[in-house]
Amino acid sequence: MTNLVILPILIPLLTGVILLFIPKKIPFQKILSLISGFLLIGVNIFLILNILNNGIQSLELGGWQPPFGIVLVGDMLAVLLVTTTSIVSLAVLLFSFYSIGAEREKFYYYPFYQFLITGVIGAFLTGDIFNLFVFFEVMLIASYILIVHGGTKVQLRESFKYVLVNIISSALFVIGVAYLYAVTGTLNMAHLSERIGSLETGAPILTVIAILFLIVFGLKGALFPLYFWLPASYAAPPSAIAAIFGALLTKVGIYSIFRTYSIVFIHDTGYTHQILAVLAAITMLGGVIGAIAHQDVKKILVYNVIVAVGFVLFGVATLTEAGFMGAIYYLIHDMVIKGALFLMIGAMVVVAGTSHLKEMSGLIKHHPKLGWMFFTATMALVGVPPLSGFIGKLLLVQGGIDSGQYWIVAVMMLTSLLVMYSMIRIFLNGFYGKIILKEADQYGTTKGLLFPCAILVAVSVFLGLGAQALYPLVATAAETLLQPEIYIDAVLKE
Amino acid sequence: MKSNDVILQTATKVVLFIILAFSVFIFFNGHHEPGGGFIGGLMTASAIVLLMLAYDLEMVKRILPFDFKVVTAAGLLVAIGTGLGSFLFGVPFLSQTFDYFTFPVLGELELATALLFDIGVYLVVVGVTLTIIQTIGEDQ
Amino acid sequence: MEILMSILAGILFMAGTYMVLSKNMIRIIIGTAIISHGAHVLLLTMAGLKTGAPPLLGLKASTYTDPLPQALILTAIVISFGVTSFFIVLGYRAYKETGTDDTKKLRGTDSYD
Repeated sequence: MTNLVILPILIPLLTGVILLFIPKKIPFQKILSLISGFLLIGVNIFLILNILNNGIQSLELGGWQPPFGIVLVGDMLAVLLVTTTSIVSLAVLLFSFYSIGAEREKFYYYPFYQFLITGVIGAFLTGDIFNLFVFFEVMLIASYILIVHGGTKVQLRESFKYVLVNIISSALFVIGVAYLYAVTGTLNMAHLSERIGSLETGAPILTVIAILFLIVFGLKGALFPLYFWLPASYAAPPSAIAAIFGALLTKVGIYSIFRTYSIVFIHDTGYTHQILAVLAAITMLGGVIGAIAHQDVKKILVYNVIVAVGFVLFGVATLTEAGFMGAIYYLIHDMVIKGALFLMIGAMVVVAGTSHLKEMSGLIKHHPKLGWMFFTATMALVGVPPLSGFIGKLLLVQGGIDSGQYWIVAVMMLTSLLVMYSMIRIFLNGFYGKIILKEADQYGTTKGLLFPCAILVAVSVFLGLGAQALYPLVATAAETLLQPEIYIDAVLKE
Repeated sequence: MKSNDVILQTATKVVLFIILAFSVFIFFNGHHEPGGGFIGGLMTASAIVLLMLAYDLEMVKRILPFDFKVVTAAGLLVAIGTGLGSFLFGVPFLSQTFDYFTFPVLGELELATALLFDIGVYLVVVGVTLTIIQTIGEDQ
Repeated sequence: MEILMSILAGILFMAGTYMVLSKNMIRIIIGTAIISHGAHVLLLTMAGLKTGAPPLLGLKASTYTDPLPQALILTAIVISFGVTSFFIVLGYRAYKETGTDDTKKLRGTDSYD
């Protein structure tokens, strides 16, 4: 089928539009969102099988030939991430059924949730830099609405800064596109890759453009020193929204760096990728220092989002097969596990009535399932074999050693240890220790909240134990990135 | 404060229809010449905004008794719907085609499927603009 | 002409940055709008100013102006229009809710609920 690649974008978009017609019929909205979520996962699995058999799928929108028209490119990396997105978004949707509250539901929560997913998936699938900008904006506008949704004081205060930062970075994005178009005369990624590849080495303006794009995507993806906006704004909205933000939004920025720094800006890797590697290392350290410093469980987790940014981008900077595979694997793992952890932290806050670590203690007495799931997820995040974080980190370390960046590998190891400390602190203080709350004084129940967490933890365990099954998919994805010719041939059909 | 806006109200009664007629012209002009759904929609919206300024929000609500958020949604649905048509014909998403038809009175005209998409854009622009203005304007 | 446009873009960025750095919310919002306009002017200039006839069907000319930047700018303008109007409403709501339009008074990390 020719239009298969656009289906993952169309399904949430169409669902969102239909939901706009019925803002007051909440049960119907829930059912429709669920159906759409399952449909999305089904289509994505079909798409993965299709790509495995037939190679990269590309769709020329409106029948305009590339590089003139916009193309959607479903290569293995994009489709793996889209599939993960669909699974995580379904779990968070289930969580928000029980936690978001009727007031927010009545005010277009579900439609904008769908639009957010549309933007994220579109950004993964597009093969055109300007179209990437458009999908970024779709995603961001939906995120502006979700972050301020409910309109509490904290949310209004934090979202003002969030919107401001993102508008500035969008303006920088347009400037970057302007320079890129002026220099190369094209915006199609495959065509860009071809043109930049055929240039003589030492085109300094292209290096400037590459760094400009690094700044743009670094702002969206929370790279050092541009992550200053993230902790406060991600801690402000309710848990379900924070979960979808922490699991997906920064990953789109990381994906964009991944894509552009593997197939487009490969003319001066000694300079650009070295900068990326150093920034990644500082990002890891900065994130983990924040995670240790804070006593608020939400903040601890939010800083751990930043750590993951550093890990993945270090994999990108190594430019080796193992590094790329590690980055892809870690990216998928982190989307799942961050979703799970944010949801569980949300459930903890519901039970304890506070997000301050000192005021919650001994939760495991009444919530053993939540406690042990949290422990498993923590172990997966840290990278204890055979859980999912281990394989990603192993490949990343291998990639780092292959490319000779030993000291960054050392930083990574140290960071992992500190991540373990920051997360175990939540477990020891929050779940163990003196029982503060009796069953009766608890502020809320975990009814319906545990199941979505269980789904994500199960997916994470599967990613670890079933790594053998996943390996060929990740290898295919990494191969496309290491040899841009495959991508160029598939898109431009030469 | 009660202001005297006789001049504005009288002028609006005439100008409104000129703007609306011109917006329709611009809208249909869009396929080969400058114009299209976006500009046409903005002009229609500005005509209605003029009406709101000259009279008040309540009267506009009486004349146009529908929710503009639903107009936006309908426009999006129309625009996506034209894209979905491509699934039936097995061509890439958002492909367009055109043909010439002879109408009574009007004579031979070119009709393009892009026009349907433009209707969607038109509705979205009108809906979004008026929703924004209403949201800011209603709150005192 | 290109030089003039570049200077214009520079002035817009300068003015926008100045506005964004101020404390008043409305000034910040207008500043972001000005920065976006600067980016659009830059995009127009970088892609080459008028180099031929407008690219319309049925027009016979030896050279045409590249239509792509204009399409890109239109898209970017529409997006910045939407975002700016959202931002104004957000600023307005924040003013109503917190009772101040001074961003300095919005600072603080207390009470996350």
